[in-house]
Amino acid sequence: MESLIAPLLNGTADGALLLIAALGLALTFGQMGVINMAHGEFLLAGAVSAYWTQGVVSNTNISILLALPVAFVFAGLLGLVLEITVIQWMYDRPLDTLLATVGVSLGLQQLFLQHYPSGVPVKKPSLLDGQLDVFGYAWPLRQIFTICLALVCLAGLAALLRYTTFGRRIRATVQNRPLAETLGIATRSVDRLTFFIGSGLAGLGGVAASLIGGTNSQLGTRYIILAFLVVVAGGLGQLRGTVIAAWAVGVSTAYFADWTTGSLASVITFGLVVVFLQVRPQGLFTIRTRGLA
Amino acid sequence: MTGQNYLEVQGLTVDFDGFKANENVDVTFLQGRIHFLIGPNGAGKTTLVDALTGLVHGTGYARYGTKDLLTLKSHQITRAGVGRTFQTATVFEELTVLQNLDIAGGVHRRARGMVLARRGVPSYVQEAMETVGLADHRDRPAGILAHGQKQWLEIGMLLVQDAQVMFLDETVAGMSHDEREETGALLRRIAPTRTIVVIEHDMDFVRRYADIVTVLHAGKVLAEGTVAEIQANPQVQEVYLGRSTEGVEHG
Amino acid sequence: MSTTPVERATTFARSWGSLVGIGVLALLLIVVAPAVLDEFRLNNLGKYCCWAIVAVGIGLSWGRGGMLVLGQGVFFAIGAYAMAMHLTLETAGPDGIPVFMILYDPLAPLPGFWVPFRSPIFTLAAVVLVPILVASVLGFAIFKRRVKGAYFAILSQALAVALAYFIGGTIKLTGGDTGLSDFKSFFGYDLADPVNRRMIYTITAVVLVLCMLVVWQLYRSRFGELLVATRDAEERVRFLGYDPANIKLVAFVVSAVMASIGGALFVPIVGIISPKEIGAAASILLIAGVALGGRASLFGPALGAILLGYGRSTLSERFENGWIYILALMFIVVTLLLPDGLASIPRRLSGVVTSRRRTA
Repeated sequence: MESLIAPLLNGTADGALLLIAALGLALTFGQMGVINMAHGEFLLAGAVSAYWTQGVVSNTNISILLALPVAFVFAGLLGLVLEITVIQWMYDRPLDTLLATVGVSLGLQQLFLQHYPSGVPVKKPSLLDGQLDVFGYAWPLRQIFTICLALVCLAGLAALLRYTTFGRRIRATVQNRPLAETLGIATRSVDRLTFFIGSGLAGLGGVAASLIGGTNSQLGTRYIILAFLVVVAGGLGQLRGTVIAAWAVGVSTAYFADWTTGSLASVITFGLVVVFLQVRPQGLFTIRTRGLA
Repeated sequence: MTGQNYLEVQGLTVDFDGFKANENVDVTFLQGRIHFLIGPNGAGKTTLVDALTGLVHGTGYARYGTKDLLTLKSHQITRAGVGRTFQTATVFEELTVLQNLDIAGGVHRRARGMVLARRGVPSYVQEAMETVGLADHRDRPAGILAHGQKQWLEIGMLLVQDAQVMFLDETVAGMSHDEREETGALLRRIAPTRTIVVIEHDMDFVRRYADIVTVLHAGKVLAEGTVAEIQANPQVQEVYLGRSTEGVEHG
Repeated sequence: MSTTPVERATTFARSWGSLVGIGVLALLLIVVAPAVLDEFRLNNLGKYCCWAIVAVGIGLSWGRGGMLVLGQGVFFAIGAYAMAMHLTLETAGPDGIPVFMILYDPLAPLPGFWVPFRSPIFTLAAVVLVPILVASVLGFAIFKRRVKGAYFAILSQALAVALAYFIGGTIKLTGGDTGLSDFKSFFGYDLADPVNRRMIYTITAVVLVLCMLVVWQLYRSRFGELLVATRDAEERVRFLGYDPANIKLVAFVVSAVMASIGGALFVPIVGIISPKEIGAAASILLIAGVALGGRASLFGPALGAILLGYGRSTLSERFENGWIYILALMFIVVTLLLPDGLASIPRRLSGVVTSRRRTA
């Protein structure tokens, strides 16, 4: 029983982490069409925030709670700076944003490598030290924390998009920018705020990541491509698909890892997602336009 | 002057998630005639052409020769001799007039000739260039052509690709008076051996050049006949001409 | 009315001028460089030339075809590992087993897929044919499904990442993250002999020049025009009677073969191949040189790759950590301010095409 349950639970937690990263992308990529390869490094920024708050507040339980808003704002600000300095000039050149942000990603990784004390993990909060017994498997509370965090992020983002004026403004701006402008929507502010929130979400994911695995410069690289695949496979423009895709990727990777090895499991999952996109490429292309210009 | 060739559409329906942009359209386009498609905005004119050229999926039947166009992909439809232009002229702006026309000549060549550079001007390209009156502009980038000239270039590309059926989507929209005259004359010149279908809003142009007119309304065929018959049709007057005199049909 | 004869003359001059340019490059690489560079630097130049061969293909796919091939590491790996397996077996001797395999299990037989790589002819054929096969299947699936733009880029990068993981995870079969190295001979020629190393360099330089000739011909051909047309207005091309998927497929396959050949030559020159050379970071570095040089130009990709390779060695020698920042900055500055790369600087300075850029 345990051998079947463990990958399911571990995989769900990993999927939750992937979901947090993917939710941010669902905003910046799904809504704005920006391919931000530095999104993964915003996860790192979240992990660094967790490390910082521990330096200030020694109680690990309080510091991890403080780390969440700090990480959100820190990663969000990084995203904002990126939007203002680089991305805003390239909204009509999506492939170029990809390249430019690859540069940003390389730079941030190197900064992290040089300044983050290597081998110093974020201390786990004592409250999350325990395990929950699920059919004989001791499920670490830290994983449950990650899942809860993902659910909060999901609910928050969904509510933001659906019920607030800001959500409506995002959708208006995405669907018809010139029209939105004539309706008095400050589209530039909408862009910036969207980017801030999307990047901030990655920061939250980074806090969770710092609790689950170690924190190293490759954290972002590990998640970024998979997160993009999750957003694409889930289908653009809605969150439900992203949730399902993230969970499916997390859980199936965990099972494959159980049956083979970790790196082969990643290969199989990658392969499956790619094959899935061949079978169901919906959201991969839209050609329902009149002119071809 | 009517030839043997025709494109027969039967029961064409285009369904956009429950919204029927075209419903049960029956229409036949005959060779040698200039056929106009008119109707208010949203009547389904462009969608009809989109369906017949593989841009959107339609059900029903569209027989051209031995083929059902609705089962073919866009490039296969083009190869079968059915071509189209677009509301906004889409030529390759960085290529010259000559290159634009030449690139449309794929039906005349074998695949292995593709890796060779062009030498001289193929006769079918020269001919098309003269027919549409762009011979003087042959080495200019298409991007700097006037709006009307771009539309002519598109028609020229259709000539080069040997399109026997040509769908022209609002070709004269935005043209000057003289350009419209020249376009009309061009259509008359190329019509005898071809099937020409024009989507048009400008009733003046329709009156002058239409051999036959099909009126679409709410995705369905409302009426078909000569200009005079259409103008006399009370239903058409109600949904289309009545409004067109108020000048709200553009957009 | 228009100035046709003059324009035609300049197009003519530009086309054949490029040929002269390739000739000059060939002279520099094949004759001058071996005469003036010492063994170490010549070997480094050979390494850059391998990247340049890959870059020429990327220029075709990305610059002219609009397909941002972020995963050329896959094809680089195919050529490199085919060659590395052959050289490993050659080093192990007839019927020998690679040393790293003996370390894990002294009694293990040679895995089946290694066996044909004992044959030099099979190896050379694999370097060319396997990428054709893989790129055709992948490209067919991807392009027929109309996957393009960013999706294509992410997908191709995912493949490179997956392959790097795979090789890393199959240490007993492929050498894993350690990679394959310690090759002693190259098709019977002792790799320690400077004369032979020089020969390998010359082969690489000649292959680079040949690749440039191939794209030169493609760029001036009807296919080249059609490829650019597909890049700029893919849907429109359908209505000219072409399936854009096929056009892109040809460019993709050609660039895959070039990447594979680049990889195959990389192995004897550098002496090691590992997943580090093919994963996400490596694939992006391959792109970087092309972006720097000018993706759509004939000389930009190759020169950019050589320049980046040179910069990478010299800068990383001098500033061990700092050079990454320079690379990062280069990415941002080039894409932001110089999207057509260094190759566009002369044109920009002369101002001939200022009007065209404004409209673009």
